[in-house]
Amino acid sequence: MASSETAAATDQHARGLASFLRSQMRNIAPFLTLIFLSAFFAFASPSFATIDNLGNILTQVSVTGIIAVGLTFVILCAEIDLSIASIANVTGIAVAYFTLQESYVNIANIPLPGAIAILLSILLCAALGLVNALGLTVIGIPSFIMTLAMMQIAAGISALLVRGQIAYKVPSLISTLGSSSIGGIPWIVIVAAIMLLGGHLVLTYTRFGRYVYMVGGNREAAEYSGLNVKLILGAVMIISAVCSGIGGMLGVAHFGSAQQNEFDTYLLDSIAAVVVGGTSLFGGRGGIGNTIVGLFVLGVLNNGLDHVNIDSFLKILIRGLILLAALVINVYAQRLREKAAE
Amino acid sequence: MPEGRQPILELKGITKSFGGVEALRGVDFALLPGEIHGLVGENGAGKSTLMKIIAGVHTEFSGRFLIDGQDTHFRSARDAHAAGIAMVHQELSVAPDLTVAENVFLGNQPTNALGLVQWRRMAREAGEQLSRFGIDVDPMSRLGDLPIGLQQLIEIARVLFSGARIVILDEPTSALSPPEVERLFATLRRLREQGTAIVFISHFIEDILRVSDTVTVFRNGRRVTETASAATSKGALIEAMIGRGGEALEHSYTDDLMLPRPSDNSVVLKVDQLSLARSLKDVSFEARAGEVLGIYGFMGCGQQELSRILFGKLKPDAGTLIVEGTPKTFASTAAARRAGVALVPESRRAMLFHQEPVYKNISISILDRISSLLLKPAQERDIANRQVEQLQIRPPVVGLDLGMLSGGNQQKVALAKWLTYPPKLLVLCEPTRGMDVGAKNDVINIVRDLRAKGLAIIVLSTEPETVLSLADRILVLKRGAVVREFKNEPVSKDRLLEAA
Repeated sequence: MASSETAAATDQHARGLASFLRSQMRNIAPFLTLIFLSAFFAFASPSFATIDNLGNILTQVSVTGIIAVGLTFVILCAEIDLSIASIANVTGIAVAYFTLQESYVNIANIPLPGAIAILLSILLCAALGLVNALGLTVIGIPSFIMTLAMMQIAAGISALLVRGQIAYKVPSLISTLGSSSIGGIPWIVIVAAIMLLGGHLVLTYTRFGRYVYMVGGNREAAEYSGLNVKLILGAVMIISAVCSGIGGMLGVAHFGSAQQNEFDTYLLDSIAAVVVGGTSLFGGRGGIGNTIVGLFVLGVLNNGLDHVNIDSFLKILIRGLILLAALVINVYAQRLREKAAE
Repeated sequence: MPEGRQPILELKGITKSFGGVEALRGVDFALLPGEIHGLVGENGAGKSTLMKIIAGVHTEFSGRFLIDGQDTHFRSARDAHAAGIAMVHQELSVAPDLTVAENVFLGNQPTNALGLVQWRRMAREAGEQLSRFGIDVDPMSRLGDLPIGLQQLIEIARVLFSGARIVILDEPTSALSPPEVERLFATLRRLREQGTAIVFISHFIEDILRVSDTVTVFRNGRRVTETASAATSKGALIEAMIGRGGEALEHSYTDDLMLPRPSDNSVVLKVDQLSLARSLKDVSFEARAGEVLGIYGFMGCGQQELSRILFGKLKPDAGTLIVEGTPKTFASTAAARRAGVALVPESRRAMLFHQEPVYKNISISILDRISSLLLKPAQERDIANRQVEQLQIRPPVVGLDLGMLSGGNQQKVALAKWLTYPPKLLVLCEPTRGMDVGAKNDVINIVRDLRAKGLAIIVLSTEPETVLSLADRILVLKRGAVVREFKNEPVSKDRLLEAA
């Protein structure tokens, strides 16, 4: 995104700096928020601005980051996916379900070789994404409702697999990526970074990425340009589900257990990361760069609130207020941009 | 005009301009109680502007506005409504999810002392009103479940029975079937007897002549004539609308234009017995390579639906499309594009990305030809630059957001996106609408170039000039059916209007 934004900037020198800044409000505001929050916590707590703590923040946002990659595609198309956390959960549980557990784990599971367990789990989340895609494009159910149903369906599959029990073992590849480090850097951070980078490359440099922006920018025009809009919408729903599934598998390894409802907070966190970062809820504007800033805002906020002495119940309220502020900026930025374009 | 009756509404010397352009110039207009007053004129002649002044939509104008002989100035549409003026707009404005009865009483449902809606009374009264109108429907059924024509009748009924003294109907018959038109006319005549004054705007001159007492003709913002309907004819009205020997620009259209001998090039598209609900009935035609086929008809004649079917956006109920000998059913617009069909719809907003740069707007429909996986921005810009140069798009900066361009240049971009790899069949809806003369000529030249390159081109328009200036062969579409084909014969604007 960054390169095309700057190219646009040089082309539009005529319209003046003020108007340019207004049109870039959605990219600037989240960045300023991040700087402000970091400065505030660094000032309020000596333990915040340390290398160790930076590592903590990175690790804490990794699972959210992996899930948010796919969600960014969905929101860029002006759709929403509420089933991300449930799909993450069921995929994490599935990969444990296909792994041999210790004898004290009371689950009637099906142990399989690790590679096959991982493959089956990815197929599972892709299949759930495909159901979302078909509901949205073939039947025409709005994504908000379709994925709300999928949220329940995926939770239901999770419940049937673990039946209230907890599984611990996952294939060794997953447990390595989820819970160990290389050269002091946690693998999960590396995976998140690679996926974010991959998402960015796809959105910026591929034909598919361009289609995502165009479908989000003006769906009717995309259709009148002869794009297969349904195919693109279907694809983003599957991408979202697969990213969620990967996040879920690594998350289970990271937490050390697979159980019902363990990803519930990731739904809101992922949506917040994408939107706080400045990706437009109306589609067509934003990108992975924005999502990364959003992840850091969220990570710094969650982590920083632990470093200052604050009522842990108040934390929830503060997070809500920050999210509200971001939504206001998001909608406002859209309006400013439209004004700047006139 | 019969003597002795005081006009219920009188306008004197009305002038109204939009940004320096005069839409109305010194127009006088009087409406008598118990009169059906027909209004005719071409698109942009000033009919709608005048009606919007009467209905309180436009409040800034110069001239006198008298109701019952009293000088009046409406500040809003509410004021007009309070003065007993009601208008039915051309576009349907009903609440499809509410019941028929609720729609009839929209805004003034009968309530009891507690302010609760009296459903039974509302349903009964709505049923009575509608049956007086010859409409037999269950007042409690959902309006959206009824056919469009019936919905339109119900909307008209709502306005007619609102107790208004002055009722303005803008193109009320375009979506109605012949028996529905009869019912509407019967009701209008009944209201006339009760003293209601009715203004009836229509492109269908036969309808105007049948139902109205007086006809006023508008041309270029002026009232040209006002005559008793019984004393005029369709031909005379069309002549007055176009203005023989009037402005030089219109000159060529009043003269007969000779259409060339039909081309015997290969048939690119054959349309066979296409039907769609109430919009199209058994439409058949052929489009040939190197030929521009014009399809002319009034608003609502089915053009829009036809163009959407050709591009795979709508599915016909019956009939086939045969592209270069192969029958096709387009599952999507993408399928139509792959088959070599391109569409430029009448609304630029519908096909362009205003917040994206020009080059992305141009390259979007050919991306799959220039890149399989990775984008090639340099090549995209090259292609766009070539198109910008060829079509003389201004300013010639492909990185500029499309929204910064003028309407005419946006229209050129809309064409440019199909021209890098020209399609076999190019469907253009209203290609010159709302353009200044220079931009219009540019578009006309572009279309002629494309014809010379062997494209089959279909131009659909509600403006006779557009069709006449472009087409080699002309079909006239009327209420969803092809009623006339002009080929290898003289054609003129009045002949087209006569046929439609």
